[in-house]
Amino acid sequence: MDESSPFKPTATDLDRALVIRNLRKEYRAGQPVLKDVSLTVEARGMTAIIGPSGTGKSTLIRCINRLVDPTSGEIIFRGQDLAQLGGRELRMARRRMGMVFQEYNLVERLSVIENVLCGRLGYVPAWRAWLRRFPAQDIDRAFHLLDEVGLGQLTTQRADQLSGGQRQRVGIARALMQEPDLLLADEPTSSLDPKTSVEIMELIARRAGERDIPVIVNIHNVDLARRFADRIVGMSRGEIVFDGPPRALEDARLLQIYGGEGWLE
Amino acid sequence: MTNLSASPPPPSFGPRVAFPPNWSTRITVIALAFYVAYACSILDIGRERLVAGFAHGARFVSRMFPPNLAPDKLEPLYDGMLESLQIAIIATAVGVLISLPLGLAAARNLSPLPLAWAARALIALFRTFHPVIIAILFVKAVGFGALAGVLALIVASLGFLSKLVAEAVEEMSMQQVEAVRATGAPFLSLVIMAVLPQVMARFIGFSAYQLDSNLRNSALVGLVGGGGIGATLFTAFQRFDYDFVLTIVLAIIAVVMVGEIVSGWMRRLFQ
Repeated sequence: MDESSPFKPTATDLDRALVIRNLRKEYRAGQPVLKDVSLTVEARGMTAIIGPSGTGKSTLIRCINRLVDPTSGEIIFRGQDLAQLGGRELRMARRRMGMVFQEYNLVERLSVIENVLCGRLGYVPAWRAWLRRFPAQDIDRAFHLLDEVGLGQLTTQRADQLSGGQRQRVGIARALMQEPDLLLADEPTSSLDPKTSVEIMELIARRAGERDIPVIVNIHNVDLARRFADRIVGMSRGEIVFDGPPRALEDARLLQIYGGEGWLE
Repeated sequence: MTNLSASPPPPSFGPRVAFPPNWSTRITVIALAFYVAYACSILDIGRERLVAGFAHGARFVSRMFPPNLAPDKLEPLYDGMLESLQIAIIATAVGVLISLPLGLAAARNLSPLPLAWAARALIALFRTFHPVIIAILFVKAVGFGALAGVLALIVASLGFLSKLVAEAVEEMSMQQVEAVRATGAPFLSLVIMAVLPQVMARFIGFSAYQLDSNLRNSALVGLVGGGGIGATLFTAFQRFDYDFVLTIVLAIIAVVMVGEIVSGWMRRLFQ
């Protein structure tokens, strides 16, 4: 752990923080992708996880909302060990966590606003979803969120007609629609061009910041991480090898995280 | 950069062959040809039988003309055809309603494995026998008439539709499902908002095809006692009313063609 980190959690912060202890994941027995990772993320600001492909960043973030089941370890969030939850309890925990995906993962044949309203499925009974009889305040909020992400004109378009940047905006609106206590973003810009990437990161930072939602984002792009994150966690081969503010991330540290040399020049 | 043309040829022994002979295919084709010849000799399929058969066939066809259009014949034709249509539509509707949950249960990427295998076993059982054989069983069980035909075609529809639903669900994008699952959606909402949108267009296509297929098969199940136009056809055959047989056959062809047009139109509408 980096000594210069200003992120020493205080006692009050700790109840709202996400505490990961000795998290281990083996897709194949004996070959851990995450090697007993421990990490505490406070309930504010943006934490960026950087590191080479295949190093376990995605697995880590997916263990938090249990799209991946950890092999062992604890993930404490709001007084519950997420790793132990199942069934209804897991769904209740999931609806408090929004997720933005690399490939956007919109339901292609649903309209933009239907995709955003998917963020309410944890709260709305199935028959309402089926008949599209969502509560009026949810529909109002969906329109409002779409205005916020700049898609107010495209609400009834089918998702498969949108560009990559537009899709990711819908993905962000869907995640915010959950009114989450935590926003997870798994490589949200990796499928986008450089300019759109910056816009998307700005959007995530601003909209989550306004609402005081802590963000954990996996990101390949070190410059974007430096620019938007308050804290950077570097991972390499399933372990955390750097943890500190962006300014502490020197080239020597990057070499430690990514290995090799020539690419830095 | 290395000069590509300067790279040495790979070491080889003798001339290189672009298309090496595929011996396993050759042997299979030759063996198949021998077996077909052998089977024909065993089953007494030969030139004399064919010639004699064609002569019988010609006499039979000549007795069919002209088709019988007498009003006392048209009435049972109309009644039988209507019953067949009703059998096909009821069987398709019930089959569609049951096949959706059964197909979802059989999809290995959504339902727990024991349930998926149980559903798959049930579907395989439905698909084991031709609708005619199932119709014979139902005629024995519930007696002659339309009910037996309806039940037989429901089983046939379930076998076809559930299997295709299961396959469509297994081929769908799990990314979309994952995203909806991550919102904390309960299973039913997940199906409604993430699974059905992905498979519904194909499911409607399958259902339209099944309606078309049930129309054809409803004539068939009638032949073994399942009601409908098949029963009318069977009676006409037994009475050697070959001119009426032709009328019925033409009517079936007309209805099946209309059914095919309607089902194609339905599939395009929901693409």
